[in-house]
Amino acid sequence: MFKNSVYISLITFFVLFNACSALYFHIGETERKCFIEEIPDETNVVVNYKVELYDPRSGGFMPSSTGIGMHVEVRDPDDKVILSRVYSAEGKIFFTSHLPGEHVICMYSNSTAWFSGSQLRVHLDIQVGEHAINYGEIVQKEKLSELQLRVRQLIDQVDQITKEQNYQRFREERFRQTSESTNSRVLWWSVTQTAVLLIMGTWQMRHLKTFFEAKKLV
Amino acid sequence: MKTCLVFILILELVQYSIATELTFELPDSAKECFHEEIQKNTSCTLEYQVVTGGQYDVDVTLEDPKSNVLYKQVRMQFDSHNFVAQEHGVYKVCFSNEFSTFSHKLVYMDFQVGDEQPLPGVGEHATVLTQMESSAQDIHKSLSSILDYQTHHRLREAQGRKRAEELNERVLWWSIMETLAVITIAFAQVFVLKNFFTDKKPNTQFK
Repeated sequence: MFKNSVYISLITFFVLFNACSALYFHIGETERKCFIEEIPDETNVVVNYKVELYDPRSGGFMPSSTGIGMHVEVRDPDDKVILSRVYSAEGKIFFTSHLPGEHVICMYSNSTAWFSGSQLRVHLDIQVGEHAINYGEIVQKEKLSELQLRVRQLIDQVDQITKEQNYQRFREERFRQTSESTNSRVLWWSVTQTAVLLIMGTWQMRHLKTFFEAKKLV
Repeated sequence: MKTCLVFILILELVQYSIATELTFELPDSAKECFHEEIQKNTSCTLEYQVVTGGQYDVDVTLEDPKSNVLYKQVRMQFDSHNFVAQEHGVYKVCFSNEFSTFSHKLVYMDFQVGDEQPLPGVGEHATVLTQMESSAQDIHKSLSSILDYQTHHRLREAQGRKRAEELNERVLWWSIMETLAVITIAFAQVFVLKNFFTDKKPNTQFK
């Protein structure tokens, strides 16, 4: 019984804690803010956010009552939109990447020019991969023992490392391709450059020779 | 007793937090600030690295709730800073690109506050850990550091890759320009030389 109550308090606390104590920053109401997450494929990303509106009367930031919403847009490395929706002032967004690479998460409020000039405070927390896993939920759902839970976490971590390693190979390949392309470009350029120089030199000589002969200077 | 325990647990939990890792764009002459509420006596780590842009440098300042500057670096490429919060309040980290007028930068930041959150239900009992549990904990720690190193490696790799891509493009443009320059100069030389001799001719006739 005691254990249960501890669990419940823990879980509620996690939820509360996650919602209220993340990093925050300020943006203008019409401003757009983007974050980049470079992630392997098949990786889960959880974005928690909360928006507060500047309240001139109290001089502080209040949870907005005016129904301000956030437009969240997620783009994959091919610049395709994988998620674009208007959410309320507080929300949790979950998505899984299908392509490895840079995913751009953009947020902007749906406010019209009505409030323009006002400041928004955005609490944001982005968790990627195994950090995005909510173990509280797993404990409740699957009734794992402590050791099982620990092992579960280790498995998740190893999975993440494997994915990252795979992605590393993918990027290394791209890096190598770029370097090889630079290498061959430098080679071909020097060959072409020499050819161009020789052709131009011969042309100059021949042309000047005929010119001098025509002018009877030689 | 029970309520007391729960209270202690909660108090303990307040100190725990999640690390925030963000990669964001820093436009030219812009300043980006992040705030975080930190409890007293929490040890925190701030890490950052400029991934691309300009000379890969950024100005960083860290301020405590009373606006005292705890850490300030000018034109740093990457660094890591550890500190213990002396008081409870909102700490502010600012990244500034104000010295740069045209280079757009990509900055990675990792702000870790407190220790890692424990697994729910784990570590709340006072009994000694079994060998299995303690090795699980050790493995977890090692894996966490592997993930950390991977992140660093990934950033370094991104830096190298982006520079290589830039180099590739520059080589392309430079070679095109160079070829054009050689051709133009060749024609110009002939033209100038021809002019030189045609100008001379009337002079000799004049004599």
